[in-house]
Amino acid sequence: MAAQQPSRSSLANDPRVRGIFYQVLLAAALVALVAMGWRNVVANMQARGIPMGFGFWDETAGFNINQSLIDYSALSTYGRAFWVGLLNTLLVGAIGIALATPLGFAVGVARLSPNWILSKVALVYVELMRNTPLLLQLAFWYNAVLKTLPGPRQSLSLGGVVLLNNRGLFLPRPLFGAGSLVVVAALALALLGALAFRWWARRRQALSGERAPVALVALLLVVGLPTLAYFAAGEPIGFSFARPSGFNLSGGLQLYPEFAALTFGLVTYTAGFIAEIVRAGVLSVPKGQSEAAMALGLHRSQTMKLVVVPQALRLIVPPLTSQYLNIVKNSSLAVFIGYPDLVLIFAGTVLNQTHAAVQVMAITMAVYLAISLSVSFALNWFNARDALKGR
Amino acid sequence: MPTPATAGAAYVRRASGPILPPPLLSRGAIAWTRANLFSSPLSCAITLALVAFGLWALPPLIAWATTRAVWSAPDGALCRAHQDGACWAFIAHKLDYLRYGSYPIAERWRVNAVEIVGAALIGWMLWPGVPRRGLGAVLFFVSFPIFAFALLHGVEGVGLPVVDTLLWGGVFVSLATALVGIVFSLPLGVLLALGRRSGLPIVRAMSVVFIEFVRGVPFITVLYMANNMLPLFLPPGWVPDRFIPPLVGTALFSAAYLAEEVRGGLQSLDKGQYEGAMALGLGYWRMTRLVVLPQALTRVIPGIVNIFIGLFKDTTLVAIVAMVDFLAAMDNAFKDTTWGGPTILPTGYFFAALFYFVFCYGMSRYSAAMERRRAVGRAG
Repeated sequence: MAAQQPSRSSLANDPRVRGIFYQVLLAAALVALVAMGWRNVVANMQARGIPMGFGFWDETAGFNINQSLIDYSALSTYGRAFWVGLLNTLLVGAIGIALATPLGFAVGVARLSPNWILSKVALVYVELMRNTPLLLQLAFWYNAVLKTLPGPRQSLSLGGVVLLNNRGLFLPRPLFGAGSLVVVAALALALLGALAFRWWARRRQALSGERAPVALVALLLVVGLPTLAYFAAGEPIGFSFARPSGFNLSGGLQLYPEFAALTFGLVTYTAGFIAEIVRAGVLSVPKGQSEAAMALGLHRSQTMKLVVVPQALRLIVPPLTSQYLNIVKNSSLAVFIGYPDLVLIFAGTVLNQTHAAVQVMAITMAVYLAISLSVSFALNWFNARDALKGR
Repeated sequence: MPTPATAGAAYVRRASGPILPPPLLSRGAIAWTRANLFSSPLSCAITLALVAFGLWALPPLIAWATTRAVWSAPDGALCRAHQDGACWAFIAHKLDYLRYGSYPIAERWRVNAVEIVGAALIGWMLWPGVPRRGLGAVLFFVSFPIFAFALLHGVEGVGLPVVDTLLWGGVFVSLATALVGIVFSLPLGVLLALGRRSGLPIVRAMSVVFIEFVRGVPFITVLYMANNMLPLFLPPGWVPDRFIPPLVGTALFSAAYLAEEVRGGLQSLDKGQYEGAMALGLGYWRMTRLVVLPQALTRVIPGIVNIFIGLFKDTTLVAIVAMVDFLAAMDNAFKDTTWGGPTILPTGYFFAALFYFVFCYGMSRYSAAMERRRAVGRAG
């Protein structure tokens, strides 16, 4: 056929050939760019005496970090400092997510409240949080609020249990004595028992229509069993409270002002975004759904729990997950207020001391990328499981 | 003439009765209050608690910002004496620094000129119903950046002395960063979005990798990378101006987010639009330019504005690479010891929050209005 129509089958006009040609050209340009950049990097690094490999990982760091979840001192290695920073980032991320979710849901529900004042107050909160930079909010909480609090001797006190001063927030620290394991085991047993009871109650309701007081039984189990175990084991768990000693406080669990400001700022900021996601999700459920549920005789709470929320969640979960990732990514603003997270310790101090910019930045970005991608995969799995089944 | 149905009736009313006002409890202020403030015991409790809280918190706050504030003073002494009011004198005194940073006083008209022209072009481009908005967009995206750079940086030989970027600071650096971000990231983002939907596997893979990579890391690390690594990638001896790396980082960062937004617009387009354009014999680029992009981009204007709001808030982070944006200028102003005092920080942060809020809230209102317009167009 090609021989019969030579003018129309010219190779240059074949879209497939052209596509391959352009792609080869693009790939070649990219390879050339990377090769040139790499040559420059090597030349520049040699000229400036920057180490090429990852040998710095095992060298002594020589700087202190005030907050660390694992053993760390100035004699530890750069590698150890990396783990300290990563754990601190994950700590803020986990606590931020755990606190921002309920606050965001509460504000989102308040936005939908029939009470006019409540919904307007929630609206003002959401607009304030969403329309000012996070950095400004963090700087405000840290510099204008926490730093200007009174010193340890004049702490703001909540019944002597929770103390707040310019050294941070002091909470009671739990002390686990011998026999604590019994209490923990009792709690685990109670949770398992509650789940098993719920499973049995649902089965029975499906078969016979009879209902069982699941919430009451679960509450009794989860509160009662550990309490019994606690007294049976001779009260093994106690609390240490912060008490004034000298010019500072001793005892208790001290949350540094940097940590407190970062967590508080992240939580209040992200809650504004979560509130809008929740509102949009609930509003997306057609009114007919709740009307039909009420026509079937369900209470308001049952309508929400069994009909509206499950449908709204399908819309809420994907953007909610991206907000969770935003908390983790935004925790890098710790740099500005001096909280020792991954960016401050590793991409900041370690980079400045070792000058290994390429290696340090590659590791830092790989960590954030790994977190983002693993959450994305988990979300895709959740979505596929929960997607609207085709009708 | 009586109809058969009323023929035997003893009494038929011929005129309609007076129109009664609706019952007091179903319309009007009292009914509204009952429905929206006191509909249930819980609602009553919430209303009372919030009103009490408002009465307790708002009057002192308003008094702090207005009646008890220090409006003019030569230095911080008066503010230190009035610790229960804001220190607006501090803002007034530092306003020029907050706007221009250390830009030479004699050359500040250049900043003003750029801001006025930019505002006019943005108004032209975004105001629905203004003639030739397309031309406004072309001027804004092509001519204005060149004009702004020439005027702000200066050109040797035409009477515009060069102003070193070391002296740049304040509001106009925030605006310029956001502007560079949007001007360079929009074309790049459109290309990335087209690449991600392209049928060519290598192009698609490169776009996906770039977009997912940038969206997966924090903006600060992109800035760090641009600042620490970009100089290493350039041939030895090339030293870029210290503004260039963070601006490149900003543009690349927002390009990835814009690409996803534009991709949403491309996906929302009906398949028939592509097929129609191809049936007319348009090639890929002409189809994209004449049929696909005009529709897709108009659809995602609200999304683009939202990304711009995020970008504008994120410009505060460039302070990490020693650029003096508005917030960093405020931080510098705090360090002036003649104004030191307990009310300086709250006043400064209050003012900065007001500044960002006015900009971002205005943009989000615009975006919402465009969304409503589009919804009306769809319904009709």
